[in-house]
Amino acid sequence: MITYLNILIDSPEFLAQLVINGLLVGAIFALIAYGLALIWGVMDIINFAQGEMVIFGGYITYTLFYQFGIHPILSIPIVAVLLFVFGLLVYKTVIYRLLGEKDIFITILATFGLAILMQQLMQAIFGPDVVTANPELGMMHIFDGKVSISNIQLISFLIAAAVAIALFIIMKYSRMGQAIRATAQNPRASRILGIDIEKVYANTFAINAALCGIGGALVVMVWTIHPFIGLVYTFRSFMIVILAGLGNFVGIIFAGMGISSLENVTGFVIGAEFQAAVIFCLLVIILVTRSILARKKRQYIQ
Amino acid sequence: MIIKNKQNNFIWLGLAISAIAPFFFPNHITLLTYIWVMIILALTWDMLGGQTGYTSFGNILFFGVGMYVCAVVQRDMFSSGLDRFERVSEVVVSLNASEYFISLAVGTFSGAIVAVLLAVILGSGILGMRGHYFAICTLGLGHAAAEITSGIEYLGAGSGMVTPIYPSELLVGKEGFYYYAFLLVAITTFFLFRKIYQSQFGLALNAIRDNENKAESMGIHTTQYKIAGWSISAFFLAIAGAGVGNVIGFIDPVEIAFSGPTFGVWMIVMAILGGKGTIWGPVLGAIILYSAKETFWTYLLGWDKVALGLLILIVVVYFPKGILGYFKERKQLSNSILSQKGES
Amino acid sequence: MDLLSVNSVNKSYGGVIANIDVSLTVPKGKIVGIIGPNGSGKTTLFNSIVGHHPIDSGEIYFNGEEISSLPIPKIARLGMLRTFQQTHIYGKMTCIQNMQISSDIDANWKRVFNPFSKDVDEMVNELLAFVGLYKKRFLLAGDLSFGQQKLLEFAMALMKKPTILLLDEPTAGVNPTLINGLIDRLHQVNEEKGITLLVIEHNMRVVMNLAEHIYCLANGTMLADGKPDEIQNDQRVIDAYLGN
Repeated sequence: MITYLNILIDSPEFLAQLVINGLLVGAIFALIAYGLALIWGVMDIINFAQGEMVIFGGYITYTLFYQFGIHPILSIPIVAVLLFVFGLLVYKTVIYRLLGEKDIFITILATFGLAILMQQLMQAIFGPDVVTANPELGMMHIFDGKVSISNIQLISFLIAAAVAIALFIIMKYSRMGQAIRATAQNPRASRILGIDIEKVYANTFAINAALCGIGGALVVMVWTIHPFIGLVYTFRSFMIVILAGLGNFVGIIFAGMGISSLENVTGFVIGAEFQAAVIFCLLVIILVTRSILARKKRQYIQ
Repeated sequence: MIIKNKQNNFIWLGLAISAIAPFFFPNHITLLTYIWVMIILALTWDMLGGQTGYTSFGNILFFGVGMYVCAVVQRDMFSSGLDRFERVSEVVVSLNASEYFISLAVGTFSGAIVAVLLAVILGSGILGMRGHYFAICTLGLGHAAAEITSGIEYLGAGSGMVTPIYPSELLVGKEGFYYYAFLLVAITTFFLFRKIYQSQFGLALNAIRDNENKAESMGIHTTQYKIAGWSISAFFLAIAGAGVGNVIGFIDPVEIAFSGPTFGVWMIVMAILGGKGTIWGPVLGAIILYSAKETFWTYLLGWDKVALGLLILIVVVYFPKGILGYFKERKQLSNSILSQKGES
Repeated sequence: MDLLSVNSVNKSYGGVIANIDVSLTVPKGKIVGIIGPNGSGKTTLFNSIVGHHPIDSGEIYFNGEEISSLPIPKIARLGMLRTFQQTHIYGKMTCIQNMQISSDIDANWKRVFNPFSKDVDEMVNELLAFVGLYKKRFLLAGDLSFGQQKLLEFAMALMKKPTILLLDEPTAGVNPTLINGLIDRLHQVNEEKGITLLVIEHNMRVVMNLAEHIYCLANGTMLADGKPDEIQNDQRVIDAYLGN
């Protein structure tokens, strides 16, 4: 561990490499985390199946690539639409029945059940192996060739940024976007003002699913996926949202990129096999610290 | 009172059947043993998940910790088998009967103590949080423990460990011994938990479930009760883990000890299916789910885990009160209708 | 001696200033009332006293002890209890269980795994009869009417044998025919059990009948205080209520 730490101190370009990779991938994480924050803020639903939706999106891209020969980048809109429909389906069959449920743990358990179901379904359909759909677009070298970036990482970063901008515009200017933001602020007032809350909820949930799908498509291009890796994406999303706060769009972008870089560096120092443990422990540490600070102010985080 | 007697008669009858069951189904003793394991798992989950209303997704941690601590004690107490082998996962220590049982007892107890300590330490951190955040903090406990264990060579890393071989020269075979051992632990857990739920402590747990703010404003240190409840669960869960490691004869971090998709999920589904927040619900749920799993699952040909996932979703979304919760609610409804009639 | 004294407490949330330099004292054994228009900061003051949130500045002394930074359960265990404007009860537990759990359960950790003692059960029955809920004792608290829940909450507070009881609008939502009975009971509790009462009340008739000393809050500041008839004739109080 200390030797790895020494490597980082001795060769700053290596550190730069890790951080730059982290920043690029972090944009994807931010996208997924934004989806989580969206349904958390609007519907007060904590989605434990967030990561599984990401992986599902990844598998669709993978299948389109290897079975139908559709280029991964071109598959993104298809994945977005498919996951949007999937989100509507999940909303109608599961989430819709839990709205207004006073016991918050019931909704958590339901999304947890959904996560288990999706994991097992993906394993049954796609098999337990690690897959990737890297279109092999070559590398790019900067800083005299000391730091190299794969082109697909850069492209996925740009795509994530474009989706984020599009999303921002949709949320700000479209009818549905305005309705969603109004509902997040005050559901009762929105209902009185004639907003169809259920339609808003359905759309919000579906938009989140579509975001997860896009995230998954990008992840399967730059990295690898397997049916049980979703949990890690769920943790990351929670951590980003908890760091940034619910309604904070810009904060989520920064937190996403920051967490991702930090994770890359710690992953290098401690070992990549502890990936989930590191992220999870970080999440718990952040929450416990917040809880202790809140308790001093006679409050709880809830 | 009559109901009470009926219930006790029912318990005695059940115990009598359980005590002689191995003689009638000599080929299915291990299967029957697992029913007791499942009952312990469901009962311990329900202490926090049902009685206190705090859904934990990480109780599997204590199960695995008990399993590993016990296995290490069993391996190292009477011999240091580690020196002779290069790979920890291949170490098989042979113990004579007294060594076997002494190390098993010491190991089980140490496992339970370590689990309780962990529950207290973790609990004082995360049980001070309310609502979602507690659930989020437990979601990765098992997963993180599995990863960390996989990185420790002393514990056999990813390949796991072999638990000692049951001494062969004894009157009671391995299967019989563990059947009765688990029967004993399950019964102890059941009666102890029943006593707890009827006590002041049990009512405090329910008060936290119903209105934690009120409980605090009435001077109840709610976090301490939650930690105590979690620790009691951890104690029995670790004992179950220690035993299961020996029944299987082999342990590993991902598939057995900290196995979220099997034991970790089963305990939750069983408790909810039977009726969370009741003493009989988890027992009922464990028996129903495990029997169903053993009888029908094999016909599902690899889709069994998908079926389990579907089952969780269906139970939680359409039947969250569980079997006993459903009957309890109907009874209360008729009670309140009766009393309103009596009033007018 | 003053049992409770609040000295120059300030409290604001975000941009809203809820209490500005609020002071009051509650002498031991008395009944003190707090009145004020909606939004004048009465409940905020209660929450500050019992430890629901931190205060920005000021001091709160209870029995000579500074309590403004203690957590809720600690303050409750010192003998100061409050009831809520919107009832807080344990909905899925019976009235008896609601009462039992309000007894002093963890006074002795060794006994916490025992069932409730006979003494507790006797006290439960006695207090349930006192507030008129004895017949409902086997019902789930959540199935009671709002007014009955208020009475139950009052009885639950009495289980703890508090030194001082802070009541947030005890008569709001209670059937008008029961209000006189409730006033009598509050007097009885004060006289026979020696419990000091601090009462927020909207119903003027109730507070004038009940309290020996009344504080009037308006817009977060302490507008006036005095005996009931002084308050009744105070022009500032009348103006505050009429909305000037």
